[in-house]
Amino acid sequence: MNELIEKLRKKYPIKDEVYQRENLTFVSVEKDQAVDLITHLRDYEQFSHLVILTAVDWIEENLFQLTYLLNSPSKKMDIGVRVMIDRSNPEMVSIHHLWAAAATYQRELFEMFGIPFPDSPRLKVPFILEGWKGMPPYRRDFDTLKYSEETFFPRPGRSKKDPAEHMKEMMYPEENGSV
Amino acid sequence: MFKFESDRSKFPEKNPDGTNIIDLESGKFTKLWQGPIHPGMTGNMSLELIIQGDEIMECQTHVGYLHRGFEKLMERRRFIQCFPICVRIAVPEPDFNEYCLAATIEELAGIEVPEAALWMRTLLLEMSRLQSYLAWIGGQSSAFGLGLISQWTTWARDLVLDRFEEITGGRIYHMHMPPGGVRGLLPFGFETRMKETLEHVSKIMIDVERVMFNNAVFKKRSIGLGYIDPSLVDEYGITGPNARGAGVPKDVRKDYPYLKYPELDFEVSVGKDSDVFTRADVRRRDILTTIELLRQIVEKVPGKGPYMAELPNVLHWKIPKAETYVRAECTRGEYGYYTVTDGSGYPRRINVRGPSYTHAIALMERLAINLNIADTAGVMSSLHTYPPEVER
Amino acid sequence: MSLQDIEKRTATGPDGEKIHIDPLSDYYSTAVPEAYENHSGIIDKFKNWARAESLWILAFGTGCGAIEMRPLMTPKYDAYRYGIQWRPTPRQSNLFIISGYLSTKTLKRVIRAYEQMPSPKYVMGFGSCTINGGMYFDSYNTINRLDYYIPVDVYVAGCMPRPEALLTGFDKLKERIKEGRGNGANEYAEKFDWYKKNQKKVIEDWDMPDYSW
Repeated sequence: MNELIEKLRKKYPIKDEVYQRENLTFVSVEKDQAVDLITHLRDYEQFSHLVILTAVDWIEENLFQLTYLLNSPSKKMDIGVRVMIDRSNPEMVSIHHLWAAAATYQRELFEMFGIPFPDSPRLKVPFILEGWKGMPPYRRDFDTLKYSEETFFPRPGRSKKDPAEHMKEMMYPEENGSV
Repeated sequence: MFKFESDRSKFPEKNPDGTNIIDLESGKFTKLWQGPIHPGMTGNMSLELIIQGDEIMECQTHVGYLHRGFEKLMERRRFIQCFPICVRIAVPEPDFNEYCLAATIEELAGIEVPEAALWMRTLLLEMSRLQSYLAWIGGQSSAFGLGLISQWTTWARDLVLDRFEEITGGRIYHMHMPPGGVRGLLPFGFETRMKETLEHVSKIMIDVERVMFNNAVFKKRSIGLGYIDPSLVDEYGITGPNARGAGVPKDVRKDYPYLKYPELDFEVSVGKDSDVFTRADVRRRDILTTIELLRQIVEKVPGKGPYMAELPNVLHWKIPKAETYVRAECTRGEYGYYTVTDGSGYPRRINVRGPSYTHAIALMERLAINLNIADTAGVMSSLHTYPPEVER
Repeated sequence: MSLQDIEKRTATGPDGEKIHIDPLSDYYSTAVPEAYENHSGIIDKFKNWARAESLWILAFGTGCGAIEMRPLMTPKYDAYRYGIQWRPTPRQSNLFIISGYLSTKTLKRVIRAYEQMPSPKYVMGFGSCTINGGMYFDSYNTINRLDYYIPVDVYVAGCMPRPEALLTGFDKLKERIKEGRGNGANEYAEKFDWYKKNQKKVIEDWDMPDYSW
């Protein structure tokens, strides 16, 4: 795995590599070099299987992290390519010309996070939610409990205690000063 | 008396690159919805078909009937609270979810699982695979009209679920593999009862092979149907028996061994012509492999010993910032969990990669073109898609 | 159907005259359901007995619970000996088992299927998610209380309930019908506006007629 990363470092500006397991590495790359790197990995380094394409919402830093996880069936290695994009104006190049299955991942990211991939086929057709008018639900600032209590009718009688606080009170009453 | 001539001169012309021209206003095309309930499949998914006569011109898959927003719910719960909820993602095979979630959390937190727990986990995963394959055979044969096989295999599956109930206390959702180990070891006398169950299941599989795989109707309908070219395997991310039926030997148990599979002795079944019949045969041979594996595992599981590692106070468990991906081989292909933690007591993002994600949407839309309407149920069932894990 | 199909439009006839089409009132009936009469004489006792002893279920597995309905069709936990069958269309069935949680997309189809069943009809809520939302109480896509959308007769709690629990549920439902209290369809007709208001609050793109006859 180390030789591969060194070979790639000569061509692309890779940083923040994490050797998570023996055959799994995560690297970070800039947004404009990402599709180049992925195409290079697919064509020259035999990473031909796209495992997953997800997004993580780092709302504190105002960034979305897109993770492209690629797998090489012949070398039995995994590499995860992290790309950080701006959260207030997200947009990313589509890779549906490399893998036909990537179009489905991109549809879901558009619907759930609001990240558009221009030219991806059938991007705006509703995929999972029907008749949804509101913020993309997987963003961190969408409060799902509040939405559920306002739209659906909750049955009274469900207690609202945080289990960690409750256990602390029950097991260590002296520490709280309420003996 | 009749002579059937396939006269395609009245069919509309195709585009220069071979795709069909569809004009809904011309009155020659009909829009047909097939869904959300299917005779052979558990789960709701609908196909929007545009047909001409008896033949499908275009197909679009609609999912979303079972969406609960799991990944959002898991961000609101602590790590140990995610564990009972993650089981419900893939309803007919819940144990793979438990194993993958537990494996990611253990890897990120640096916990080591004791030996007895690894054997128990292997046993539970193989039993879960057996009962899921038995339910699938019932579904595949019902899609072609053979209703009797589903009665036999559901009976066999009930016997395996009885064994599950002895160990874990529940038939469908077990929740027996929390992060750190397992909840308990085998009860007394389990080995004898398990061997009896495996005898029953083997006998039923002999009958199923005779009635289903030597059946003239099944063979005539399924040989040559739903052909997957081996070059599509990488383009669409196909894994599991769908890829093995096309000749590509992909199996996570052999390629990236986990749990106790390196010490067990088994072979991966591969097929050659990738049509519906070959995929069903690959899965039938997988069932026989699983029965053999269970016979080996049941003798090697230790009867006593520590089965749960020491965990910190689980309600205040904080894992430092990291990310990882763990995969397992379920009946449909490669099942994976991608977890990201950020140092607070809650996970930042857990993404479930179900194998049906690519099979149900991209691959089905490709395979359905120029297919007869009567055969869609058979092709859908042979790709073994479970809609709950497509939309979580 | 989609939202475009139910909008009002104008078409031109062959002689050039303009025809105004309003699909909801021209193609579908806009009548509101009425409650049927409910006596308690000896003939109605016989009718209720006959209805209870031949419950035909609509084969619609809406959620997780669909997997526990298969063992009921097989000889181990046989439901056919009670006269219970699974039918493919709503026109031929009188019991609707809501097996598990309901997302809003499925709720639309469930309402349509429920309204097309002929009265008298019964609903059984299967699993804890129909009672108070279950473990998805904070999900933005699943409903919390089923009986605010369609009238429910019997609840079977559990996650998943065993097939024997489901058979006990059938027993309780049969008792309720034989006493003359299986009046879900009447309740739906009497409180029709309230149910419709609740349903429309959840389903935002309502592109169907108000009552599917």
